[in-house]
Amino acid sequence: MVDQHIVRQFDEELDEMRAVIAQMGGLVEQQMANAIAAIGRRDDALARRCQEADAEIDAMEDKIEALTLRMLALRQPVALDLRAILAALKIAHDLERMGDYATNVAKRASALAQLPEVGPINGIVRMGRLTHSVIKDVLDSYSEPNVDKAVAAWNRDQEIDQMYTSLFRELLTYMMEDPRNITPCAHLLFVAKNIERIGDHATNIAETVYFQEMGTRLEGLRPKGDRTSYAVVEPPEPDAAP
Amino acid sequence: MMSNTTQATAAAPAAAPIHSVDEPRGGDPRPATATAVKIKARDVNVYYGDKHALKHVDLDINENEVTALIGPSGCGKSTFLRCLNRMNDVIDSCRVVGDITLDEADIYDPSLDVVQLRARVGMVFQKPNPFPKSIYDNVAYGPRIHGLAHNKADIDDIVRQSLERAGLLKEVHDRLDQPGTGLSGGQQQRLCIARAIAVNPEVILMDEPCSALDPIATARIEELIDELRENFTIVIVTHSMQQAARVSQRTAFFHLGDLVEVGNTEQIFTNPKDSRTQGYITGRFG
Repeated sequence: MVDQHIVRQFDEELDEMRAVIAQMGGLVEQQMANAIAAIGRRDDALARRCQEADAEIDAMEDKIEALTLRMLALRQPVALDLRAILAALKIAHDLERMGDYATNVAKRASALAQLPEVGPINGIVRMGRLTHSVIKDVLDSYSEPNVDKAVAAWNRDQEIDQMYTSLFRELLTYMMEDPRNITPCAHLLFVAKNIERIGDHATNIAETVYFQEMGTRLEGLRPKGDRTSYAVVEPPEPDAAP
Repeated sequence: MMSNTTQATAAAPAAAPIHSVDEPRGGDPRPATATAVKIKARDVNVYYGDKHALKHVDLDINENEVTALIGPSGCGKSTFLRCLNRMNDVIDSCRVVGDITLDEADIYDPSLDVVQLRARVGMVFQKPNPFPKSIYDNVAYGPRIHGLAHNKADIDDIVRQSLERAGLLKEVHDRLDQPGTGLSGGQQQRLCIARAIAVNPEVILMDEPCSALDPIATARIEELIDELRENFTIVIVTHSMQQAARVSQRTAFFHLGDLVEVGNTEQIFTNPKDSRTQGYITGRFG
């Protein structure tokens, strides 16, 4: 099938929309990398720059909203065009949330820089790097576009969740060991939670890429590795449910 | 397959899938639901002299549904529409091969009365074409020649009812004796629809019924089509894809004489299976 629309301006608008998403994705990736680096290096200056950069991501979401609204109103898109426009709208929203979470991580980094160093920081940095690589794969799967890559990234969220669960346990032991660890560890707990949420939004994007390309929902349950809800208590019996 | 069915009945009724993903490529000519089939076309071929205009078309038209036929000019959609009430008979060079049945009866049966067939399968054309007669006589003409009414009161009833069903009575009730050609374009088209339904057909064929009308008149006709669906089976040829999306339950896409894809309208416009359908409806060269 030929990819060009008869109305060339429509193609230009779709290209612009994809370009803004790519740019926005790049910023979120950068934001994420900086926030994690700020935690690892106890770098308050980097953390502050990171917090300021969030406004740019928000502005890009507004831009995507304006672009997609315009195309829906003026082009009456159908089929793959309609799916691409809806996908951009959803992905922009996910990216904006990811940017917010990364900013939260940066805020915690500023606080942590002023507190005594605790052990599990390395674990947080590892989790952040893993999540960063999932984000990268998901964004690649959008720009190529590549459904297999999207599905593979979607499955990797499980690793992030598992890492989150083990970090949660680890942080608990540090807090039990010495009450002076509680303040930095509580911050790290929130950081881990924020990174885990970023991973969830990345899987949303993978699902959206799948829908955009295939026209159907990604089947099956999302792999769940987050067991922190039951970290210190027993989960209910599975057969107790009706 | 059988075990699935048993399971499904035992468990709570499953929600209908949004997209019929399991439809084979190119679509399934049979209806997705258990709706009754009104017209069945099998291996229909049409030739204009040497030109093979329509190739091996299999299509079911469901009762009380609107089926939209879309495709670029010269794709065969109007040719197919005209096969359904044998309007192609009047074109000398035209030859129709294949089976078309209306309620399981062959409409190309030599013993069949074509006039009766066209009373059962009415037609509305692109340009409103009222007779140069009064509004009343335009509608009364069909019932009179088909002997559907025995006295003036019967005819009056049919005329009023048909105009009412076509959504025109309110606008013309005090000037039924005035010429139909004096109405606006949209009113004339609704008069033609009233004329078509006056003989109580089962199927109404519409060949681009709105292409000569403004958007308001178009919206009225579309609303009317949706109301008429309750009592009639409707097949509409349209160049406006938005119109096909708005009024029809099933859409069939024709290209270069082939029926490329047929499916539920929602599926065709959100997730078409064939790249030619995708190319056409999204405004790419396909």
